[in-house]
Amino acid sequence: MTATPSFYHQSAPPGLSGIKAWLLTHDHKRLGLMYLGAVFFWFVLAMILGLALRTELMSQGRTIMGPGMYNSMFTLHGVIMVFLFAIPAIPAIFGNFFLPIQLGTDDVFFPRLNLFSWYLFMFGGLFAIVALFVGDGFPDTGWTFYVPFSIQNSKNVGLTVTAAFILGMSSMLTGLNFVTTFHRMRDKRMGLMQIPLFTWSLYATAWVQILATPVIGITLVLVVLERFLSIGLFDPAKGGDPILYQHLFWMYSHPAVYIMILPGMGVISEIIPVFSRKSIFGYKAIVWSSMGIAIAGSLVWAHHMYTSGMSDVSVFVFSLLTFLVAIPSAVKVFSWVATMYKGSIEMTPPLLLALMFIYLFSVGGLTGLVLGAVGTDIHVHDTHFVVAHFHFVMFGGTGFAFFAALHYWWPKMFGIMYPFRAAYVGAVLTTVGFLFHYVPMLIVGLQGMPRRYYDYLPQYEIGNFLAGLGAYVMCAGIVIMFVNLFMSFRKGVPAPADPWGGTTLEWKVSSPPPVHNFIDKPQIMDFPYDFKGVGEQLQPKDR
Amino acid sequence: MRAEIDRVGIKIGMWLFLYSEIILFGGLFVLYAAYFHKHPESFAVGGKELDRVIGALNTVVLLISSFTVAASITAIQKGSRKLTIGLLGFSIFCGFIFLVNKYFEWGAKIHHDIYPNSETLVNGEPGLNIFFGLYYVITGLHGLHVIIGMVLLSISLVWVLVGKIDGSKISMLDNSGLYWHLVDLIWIFVFPLFYLVL
Repeated sequence: MTATPSFYHQSAPPGLSGIKAWLLTHDHKRLGLMYLGAVFFWFVLAMILGLALRTELMSQGRTIMGPGMYNSMFTLHGVIMVFLFAIPAIPAIFGNFFLPIQLGTDDVFFPRLNLFSWYLFMFGGLFAIVALFVGDGFPDTGWTFYVPFSIQNSKNVGLTVTAAFILGMSSMLTGLNFVTTFHRMRDKRMGLMQIPLFTWSLYATAWVQILATPVIGITLVLVVLERFLSIGLFDPAKGGDPILYQHLFWMYSHPAVYIMILPGMGVISEIIPVFSRKSIFGYKAIVWSSMGIAIAGSLVWAHHMYTSGMSDVSVFVFSLLTFLVAIPSAVKVFSWVATMYKGSIEMTPPLLLALMFIYLFSVGGLTGLVLGAVGTDIHVHDTHFVVAHFHFVMFGGTGFAFFAALHYWWPKMFGIMYPFRAAYVGAVLTTVGFLFHYVPMLIVGLQGMPRRYYDYLPQYEIGNFLAGLGAYVMCAGIVIMFVNLFMSFRKGVPAPADPWGGTTLEWKVSSPPPVHNFIDKPQIMDFPYDFKGVGEQLQPKDR
Repeated sequence: MRAEIDRVGIKIGMWLFLYSEIILFGGLFVLYAAYFHKHPESFAVGGKELDRVIGALNTVVLLISSFTVAASITAIQKGSRKLTIGLLGFSIFCGFIFLVNKYFEWGAKIHHDIYPNSETLVNGEPGLNIFFGLYYVITGLHGLHVIIGMVLLSISLVWVLVGKIDGSKISMLDNSGLYWHLVDLIWIFVFPLFYLVL
């Protein structure tokens, strides 16, 4: 450890102490940790909800809850996981913490706006909690809030939709902050092709956040207006068209899928080269594929609506565009695998999780093609196949990238190392449970079991039972991972500045970093993934 | 910490925010396009029922206020504080006129039983219901933006009065001005879409 005090010991702005140093902070690192706390709470809550749902489905008929409760619960699970975990997790936590450091600067461009975004995030969460306990309880519409059900529904749709609106604002302002930081705060000597890939992926994400989020904003406003004023914009009896709601909704919510996955891909692009001790394969291809995904991903929304009623021409066009998005994603997978080829691989928990990400994400991507093709989609539309597909991408992808990021940057954020063995056990259990959980869903989905149903026919019982069993194994794995990380505080094994042999700028500062990140002007390398000077790094006692 | 304030960066942030505002309205314009395609005749009928004189007047009022806001920025840069205060005051007054006009316009429509979920609209032509539904939503949201713009301009005015904005520190005024131009710009699209249909 160096003699300089870390950001835990110095507040920004200076002169604040105690809880104020956190609640009024402008420091991007503290804000990242504050997001971590909030997101962690939501993740655990939604995970417990998911577990309850799968327990209910383990046997036919009523198991632990009634149908109404079930409907509200899957809505709550979806709303939390989408708006309060998957969208903010990586950009708001790790993005906030590491984007300025990777760019060689001391903070984001608008530090106060950053704090404001955090408060918006907390308020959005608060609204969601209030919606649980007042009036007729939490909505049972599913996280998509499809009309006309969301408008005629007597439950707290208005409040929940407002929560989503506020959370959207928070995410958009974070994106705005990142784009400005990227352009204006970057170290003057760092050219565009010298920027670490995690930051590049956050930049692509930020654009999607800025350009897509307002669309969901206005859509949710319309839902609220319809509920209070009954204008009839989506009501066929009054000249409206419910399909237009779906278009507006997915115009945001499909790009939102890329808001969730792009930062995850950025994390993986950092981890793979570091533990392969080899320069990333196809740096430029990864940068361009990030931007390609951001652009192409904004043009595919109607593939959620093949069965809603659209002209054959639109269906054809959207199907084609959907297949196009697969190309940049595959470019990345190819680059990661090619990076490892003939690398000097050093196994660590973050690398193991990254490898699992690649595998699970690939399955998610390939099942996505099944859904992108019109013919097969009509067969499996609204079945458990879809549920399994997007969990492979959003959980197997974003979730595992989140775990990997947590294990990769934990020493930097808290300045301590964690034991590896429990992390390995947790990661393996999570993956095995994951496969047991979602593969049966793919199968019962293909056999025709619809999603969001409370009950099912006898032939689906085995699949659902196995899925439930898998859920328990998976959750056990996640708990082991988290407990292991928390236990690392008790031992407090100090982490060196660069425990992994990373080459990007965050590894050039002490762990945890000082309040202004850099004491001396950082040295900018010609290429961020140059491992010439990096040898065997891990001390045997760390393992 | 940063040695000096980076005005370009602040402006980039503001422009990004303005993009997001345009897209917020963009969602509504998408609805307008789809429904115009579906009910072109009703939209034409509905457009004739709106008062073009008030609409045109409001357009002129907003355009003039946009000019005076722009002029106030030049004025503060040239150091004439009094002129800046006058121009800003006039711009806020224009915003106020706009809202008063809007109030009378909406009032007259509501008086004729034309408002969301009114008897006339619900039992009448569906296309007309959609036209007026969109009219209220879009002009309502725009009106809200006029109010926000006026608040921003008022803050700038107060800052000029207390000296927080002067020739060398104009970011707040500059950005409020940009916001006001956005309000104007959106109206430039709203006006023909509703008042001048065919």
